[in-house]
Amino acid sequence: MLCEFAPPATLATQRRVWEVARLARSWGAEIIEVVPGMNNLTLVFDPLSADRDALCSQLEAAWLAPGVEQEQGRLVEIPVHYGGEAGPDLEALALHAGLPAHEVIERHTAAQYVVFFLGFQPGFAYLGGLDPVLEMPRRAEPRLAVPAGSVGIGGEQTGIYPAVSPGGWQLIGRTDLALFDSTRNPPTLFAPGDRVKFTVAGVLA
Amino acid sequence: MIEVLRAGTLTSVQDLGRHGFRHLGVCQSGALDTLAMGVANRLAGNPREAAGIEITIGPTVLRFTRDTRIALTGADFAATLDDAAVHAWWSVPVQAGQVLTLRAPRRGMRAYLAIAGGIDVLPTLGSRSTDLKAGFGGLGGRSLRDGDRLPIGTVKHCDSAALGTQSAAFGIKPPGWCDFAQLDAGKDTLAQGTPDTLVRVLTGPEYHTFKTESQKAFWGMHWSITPNSNRMGYRLSGPALARTTDAGLLSHAVLPGTIQVPPNGQPIVLMGDAQTSGGYPKIGSVLSADLWRLAQARLNSTMRFIPSTQEHADQALRDIGHYLKQIELALQMRRERLARR
Repeated sequence: MLCEFAPPATLATQRRVWEVARLARSWGAEIIEVVPGMNNLTLVFDPLSADRDALCSQLEAAWLAPGVEQEQGRLVEIPVHYGGEAGPDLEALALHAGLPAHEVIERHTAAQYVVFFLGFQPGFAYLGGLDPVLEMPRRAEPRLAVPAGSVGIGGEQTGIYPAVSPGGWQLIGRTDLALFDSTRNPPTLFAPGDRVKFTVAGVLA
Repeated sequence: MIEVLRAGTLTSVQDLGRHGFRHLGVCQSGALDTLAMGVANRLAGNPREAAGIEITIGPTVLRFTRDTRIALTGADFAATLDDAAVHAWWSVPVQAGQVLTLRAPRRGMRAYLAIAGGIDVLPTLGSRSTDLKAGFGGLGGRSLRDGDRLPIGTVKHCDSAALGTQSAAFGIKPPGWCDFAQLDAGKDTLAQGTPDTLVRVLTGPEYHTFKTESQKAFWGMHWSITPNSNRMGYRLSGPALARTTDAGLLSHAVLPGTIQVPPNGQPIVLMGDAQTSGGYPKIGSVLSADLWRLAQARLNSTMRFIPSTQEHADQALRDIGHYLKQIELALQMRRERLARR
């Protein structure tokens, strides 16, 4: 069951998505997955034990209920080594933004980001809150192997690659933090609703 | 212990999949043909959450280091235990030192091996399945290699003990590969020949944003399963499906069975290893009850989508439940018969 909210996607709507997701987790064993997306929420349920209509009304009621103000998520600090071999596209991004590299770093670390939702790969967070000056299209040719922990910018998003994977984002730095560890509980560093702050662990030439 | 003498093309430890972690980006993994995996566990006397081995294409050679019982389901790989044939959908006793050889399937793609006690790797995030992309679960988070040794669990489950290592081999009737009761909708177009695989589909949220002729083509044409297909998704080739809008979608959850249509108009059916979120329009989704059929569809073979309804989708799941229940009853009768001797 996919529940989409009227556009535009805003942080306020997303807070409602997290809140409804939190409630839906307690709706019974027939709910198998509760997956927030951007401005939407998907419930996966056992069709033979769940009552579809009841679930639908429950979802509507939860969405329309005057929400308790969603408590703010945790603040997670991500130390980043910017530039050099950790961030091979930092110079290109600086050129694109018309700023010196150190100001790109300042702007990237000045903002506070919000984890809208996780997806794509284990632990990958869709972060909102990028300074529009730092927006830059993806690389024309994606890299075949982006190292784990790479911090990049793709369009109006910034994010961190949890594991080695192909990728087209502009890489500006790298963190040593593990974003996903299957032996941890919870296995991911981020949860939807967390706030994220990048800090400078070092600047490489 | 199972010794992997020859791993084959893509062989991995899988169970019924990892559930409840998609909101963290963790995919389902697990046996693609969950029906075959489920039957294999029952035939080996295992609880349903036990892990087995998924063998894709083969050839695969395994040696057992102790007396045990195995069951082989899914595609028929013309398997032998030492020199004796092991038919697909059979449960057979095995003696220490015996070697199981799976050759190549004449039809279908994947075989499932269950062993009494299950493959005893540590569960990760609630499952023993191998997440081949993220590299965890199963044996070292990877597909099996020549020389691997797989631990076997202790037989605690009463069914395994009752089946025993000695009682004779027996088989069950496999599920039909193409036995739909609801083919009337597509009969007229089947004139162009029967496709290799038929799956039933519910229309997706963006179905109505596709042009009428594209909607027709989606149901009416035979789609070819391209060699780029894998455990993440089956990439199809056929007429390009076009939309009446190019409005993009915000990222949303996708699931095994979701049929996405990227801008090139060639549909992708997501499978067990699919990513958790996507942004392409969804023209439909394959019934959960039919995903096992797709798991057995071969590369370069043809397939067709049959329109279905929510009621049929529920009924199809109940039919599978009924088929499994019949197997459980037959096993119980067999157990009682053996006990009386």
